Amino acid sequence: MVKKSRIVYFFLIIFALAALMIPTTEKIVNGIELGLDLQGGFEVLYEVEPQEEGQEITDETLQNTVAALTQRVNILGVSEPNITIEGDNRIRVQLAGVEDQQAARELLSTEADLSIRDVDDNERLSGNDIRENSASVNFGDANNPIVTVSLKDGDQFGEVTENIINEYSPPNNRLVIWLDYEEGDSYEEEATKEDPKFISAPAVNEPLYTQDIQIEGDFSVEEAENLADILNSGSLPVNLEEVYSNSVGASLGEQAMDKTIFATFIGVGLIFLFMLVYYRFTGFIAVLTLTTYIYFVLAAFNFIQGVLTLPGIAALVLGVGMAVDANIITYERIKEEIKYGRSILSAYRSGARRSLGTIIDANVTTLIAAGVLFYFGTSSVQGFALMLIVSILVSFITAVLGTRLLLGLWVNSRIFNKKPKVFGVKERDIHEP
Amino acid sequence: MNLNNSKKVLKRVIPFVKFRNVFFLITLAYILAGGILLSTIGLNLGIDFQSGSRVEISAQEPLTEEQVRSDFEAVEANLEPDDITLGGENNTIASARFIGELSQEEIAALQTYFEDEYGSIPNTSTVSPQVGQELAQNAFISVLIASLGLVIYITIRFQLLYGIASIAALLHDAFFIIGFFSLLQVEVNVPFIAAVLTIVGYSINDTIVTFDRIRENMPPTEEIESFEDLAEVVDVSLNQTLVRSINTVLTVVFAAAALFIFGGEGIHSFSLALLIGLVAGTYSSIFLAAQLWVVWNWKKIKREREKAPTEEPES
Repeated sequence: MVKKSRIVYFFLIIFALAALMIPTTEKIVNGIELGLDLQGGFEVLYEVEPQEEGQEITDETLQNTVAALTQRVNILGVSEPNITIEGDNRIRVQLAGVEDQQAARELLSTEADLSIRDVDDNERLSGNDIRENSASVNFGDANNPIVTVSLKDGDQFGEVTENIINEYSPPNNRLVIWLDYEEGDSYEEEATKEDPKFISAPAVNEPLYTQDIQIEGDFSVEEAENLADILNSGSLPVNLEEVYSNSVGASLGEQAMDKTIFATFIGVGLIFLFMLVYYRFTGFIAVLTLTTYIYFVLAAFNFIQGVLTLPGIAALVLGVGMAVDANIITYERIKEEIKYGRSILSAYRSGARRSLGTIIDANVTTLIAAGVLFYFGTSSVQGFALMLIVSILVSFITAVLGTRLLLGLWVNSRIFNKKPKVFGVKERDIHEP
Repeated sequence: MNLNNSKKVLKRVIPFVKFRNVFFLITLAYILAGGILLSTIGLNLGIDFQSGSRVEISAQEPLTEEQVRSDFEAVEANLEPDDITLGGENNTIASARFIGELSQEEIAALQTYFEDEYGSIPNTSTVSPQVGQELAQNAFISVLIASLGLVIYITIRFQLLYGIASIAALLHDAFFIIGFFSLLQVEVNVPFIAAVLTIVGYSINDTIVTFDRIRENMPPTEEIESFEDLAEVVDVSLNQTLVRSINTVLTVVFAAAALFIFGGEGIHSFSLALLIGLVAGTYSSIFLAAQLWVVWNWKKIKREREKAPTEEPES
């Protein structure tokens, strides 16, 4: 007696899976965050160094620096910045999909330390004299953008300008406005360059008793707005030094992704073809569970908000191989049991049972290796390891439980009784027990 | 013994163990060759493990080394790459290496230049010496820790001898890939390390499947009367799992080969390492791990017999 209900269940499950997968796949795929190697962008590892002697780098300083960097990144409007603390004194900034990489890098590394000096580079006013959050953008006489900041003390600027007029005669009666002045920078040297490092150096002809200082640079509106934002978001509490950087052009990233996805389709297609040709009906079950596997890996990856990198796609493909292995181990075992002369039903049961231990051992060992990778690896390797871990866990569910459920329905329906060919076993290979 | 039953089902049993010394010799030969290669020409370390900068340019038309050199000169007079390699279809991709770290300004300048010239922003990366060293160190430590974890797991699930034989196979596979990369002088980068570690996982996986079967087929030690008995258990087990071993490695090789042939430049050395490692992993499970286990286990059995000679009749 063939139990038709089991086969009906089988098709119901397939339809249910299809109803789940077909409408949601697109949303899941689009929702996965892509790494910078796939969509372009850059990554910088900064070493945090004390700004003054004796300053200690504590957890708090690191967190403040991260907060300040986050604020700056927000000025850029990057959708999903990733700023993390690594070790005792490093900060990794990953900006995927950022359009103007150069502007972003400059914005990140600036100390936002505004200072006003004389032509001999003596500091007259420092960032500490400026009122917090006072920077704004205005427009000058020629409709050129100007950044305005306010001083804490209104008399201070008057004194500074008066001193300049008294100490210097034209053309050296200038206030030089610097951003990120560093020891060794000199006005004299920079003034001869086409693109000087200081922002501007207006001449002072009369004492100015005002609280507001107008900075007229050669700005575009956007540059002026960025400068005002940086000044408002505050200076970094530390110096940052780049120890590693990696940048990927957007079009190259896209190229890499297209190629890898194409390669993935070919690889997975070949595996499917092999399974169908070699294992026939059971191979078809494997193809079903592998398709479900790919769907659930992507869904799980989306859920834990993993970042998909190039090696991550490779891990996904490798995971298909590992999932196939679970199927192959099971099928080979069932075939063997059939050859011993067992009935299809009992061969299926003992084959499924005996192969389970092997599959568990094989998966746990790979999981150990992937776990070590995840713990010790950095960025792209971690992306790979995370995908491998997700793959192994999901493949265990789909390739072990899924395969047993789907194949079990067919076997238990007894439709395959006395039909060893379905499992790829020839009659003459069967030995009587 | 149920082995006779198993043998009936297998059409023929390939006597792997008989040729174990041949396999040992072959393995020894290329391990020696690998050692010589590594100590003479060494590995082509990418900037990830040394320090310096790398710029990858992609153009629409084929590039030549001279052209790339003059391009860098046009960006800034003193910008001289220490090494340029061309790749991609028709040499449309050039990667230039610099020993020193390029500054943020230099990178900005060359990004602008190449975008104007070739229409796409080049990929750049810089690594400071300290970070490079740390990466290599971390990779080495990961392999050691992973090996240790695996030995412990296998010893708990199986026996110590299985664990040691698996680790021998695993180290063989890692060494094989490294030796091969030394021979081909392909650049070694961070994804390469990921590939080696993946192979470590795969190799163990493969070895475990065969060992699992050996353990299942092993009769109680008392029934093993001669080395031939033990060899028969291993040969039958290897033959039983042979189809599985081949089919599995085939499917994974399909995937790795597709990535190697059609995937982007970025995963080229990664997928090459995978391909080589997969073959090495299958080889080592059958021809190295299982053979080592036979030899060691027989020694162990003999030693135990010598301690308690009364129970067994002398053969």
